[in-house]
Amino acid sequence: MEKEIKILAIESSCDETAAAVVVNGRRVLSNVISSQIAIHTLYGGVVPEIASRKHIEKIDQVVTEALKQANLTLDEVDGIAVTYGPGLVGALLVGVAHAKALAFAAKKPLIGVHHIEGHISANYITNPDLKPPFGCLVVSGGHTHLVRVMDYGKYEVLGRTRDDAAGEAFDKVARAIGLGYPGGPKIDQVSKKGNPCAIEFPRSSVADNPYDFSFSGLKSAVLNYLNMCEMKQLPIVQEDVAASFQQAVVDVLLSRGVHAIKEFGFKDFAIAGGVASNSAIRKAFEEECEKLGVKFYRPEPILCTDNAAMIGAAGYFEYMAGVRSGWDLNAVPNLKLGER
Amino acid sequence: MKLLAIDASSLVASVAVLEDNTLIGEYTTNYKKTHSQTLLPMIDALSSMIDLDLGSLDAIAVTKGPGSFTGLRIGSATAKGLALALKKPIVPVATVDSMAYNFYHTEDLILPMMDARRNQVYTGIYQAKGEEVETLVCQCATGLFDILEKGVSLAKENDTGLILLGDGVAAYDQEIKDFMKEQGVSWSYAPAHLSRQRAASLGVCAARLYREGKYLDGMDYQPEYLRVSQAERERAEKAKV
Repeated sequence: MEKEIKILAIESSCDETAAAVVVNGRRVLSNVISSQIAIHTLYGGVVPEIASRKHIEKIDQVVTEALKQANLTLDEVDGIAVTYGPGLVGALLVGVAHAKALAFAAKKPLIGVHHIEGHISANYITNPDLKPPFGCLVVSGGHTHLVRVMDYGKYEVLGRTRDDAAGEAFDKVARAIGLGYPGGPKIDQVSKKGNPCAIEFPRSSVADNPYDFSFSGLKSAVLNYLNMCEMKQLPIVQEDVAASFQQAVVDVLLSRGVHAIKEFGFKDFAIAGGVASNSAIRKAFEEECEKLGVKFYRPEPILCTDNAAMIGAAGYFEYMAGVRSGWDLNAVPNLKLGER
Repeated sequence: MKLLAIDASSLVASVAVLEDNTLIGEYTTNYKKTHSQTLLPMIDALSSMIDLDLGSLDAIAVTKGPGSFTGLRIGSATAKGLALALKKPIVPVATVDSMAYNFYHTEDLILPMMDARRNQVYTGIYQAKGEEVETLVCQCATGLFDILEKGVSLAKENDTGLILLGDGVAAYDQEIKDFMKEQGVSWSYAPAHLSRQRAASLGVCAARLYREGKYLDGMDYQPEYLRVSQAERERAEKAKV
């Protein structure tokens, strides 16, 4: 029988304090998430200093609960994985310092994990048959990456956003049409009652790379449209604005994804990240992949949002590849995927 | 009783191991590298140099604040992680109190100050009587001249001098010199080896607190910043208008 490798994982890159225990990168024994969303809602977005303060308040509880639910002691885990970037530096530092101290005191190997690698690896948990190579679109509040997964832990970033992340555009548009924070789920909900063809918003492309994204033009177009309506005293149909904006995002994401599938001949394609929970994005990729004869994968919603199980999955494959971090592991807020 | 003491509240990173009345080892740096890069490697280096069995520790002491928000969290997250793994309690120590413990049995009043930006210092006033350090003004965030005036008046009242220390001294050197020259009180800056946070002093202060039962489960320990975040401050100001 295959030896069971149990990884305790910690994630604190933004506004969720999370810990999990994952076996062999695929089986989740516990996945504890303490969300700070209520407090950040007061400020219309994540406040880094408040996020950092909440992390230090909760980190012990979350780690203890993850071990308890997994019915394990710290001594029984094989390694400790932690997100060390990208993200908010003050927030990352709490998880990194805590994980290092745990690993040092318990004499366990430490594995620094890239947050995006975590999101991609969430797919290994939900989809036991998924193996590299495959294409993956990572869309979240802070990130928009189109990635070629060549092997476990081996990535080529084909494209990324040049300005706003997709989730950021969702948040900004949601605020502008009075839906509030967090924008993603709210726009998804409201769009179901709107007409996605009501308003023609731009689908911007980036001249020198067919895989890069730009969402700031789209966001401005929505704001301009709202101003125009106000000036001309035209009624604003919230549902139609939301649905038309969302459709523009879906079209842009899908066109890049399809382009990559055709150019690299991917047999498998996955999406990941918080925005991957968006029902319109899921549906569009599902349908398009079926047409192209490509198998489509996505993590279950609880593994799309920031969580530590995905870090445990990624950490396992890095552990197996022999990756070990030193006690001087630092938080790297703008860490690039595939770099160490 | 054996303690590991950790301070990361300012640019200084300092760790020490004390057993009863003996300092077994101390490692202090005052350098621009982040605490994330220095603190645990320093604990590791010190531990191996003195063959420390982590399981033999009775508690982990840490400066709870005030100080650099990020520095406090690196120190606190490190202390929490160690305490959780080793199943030992945490002794939280007020940063400014720990700095006063750099001194022993001096008539002069001790006035530590840390640069708190926004024209303030984190400070307090203390007097070292024998092995005990008495608090005359509790640690707080206040204006530089407010605490200097308080220090001068207490020194005159007690007919003593004043010792100033901490990175606030370096930040406000000229302002301090200008203010103090006409006050008629003898005063001095602490010398280099006593002028910043030292984990050995923190450890001595923590040992006293530990004996008084002032320790916590790591789970219940939080840093004390003495200040709300900028976003909270601005939100409260807006609510007032």
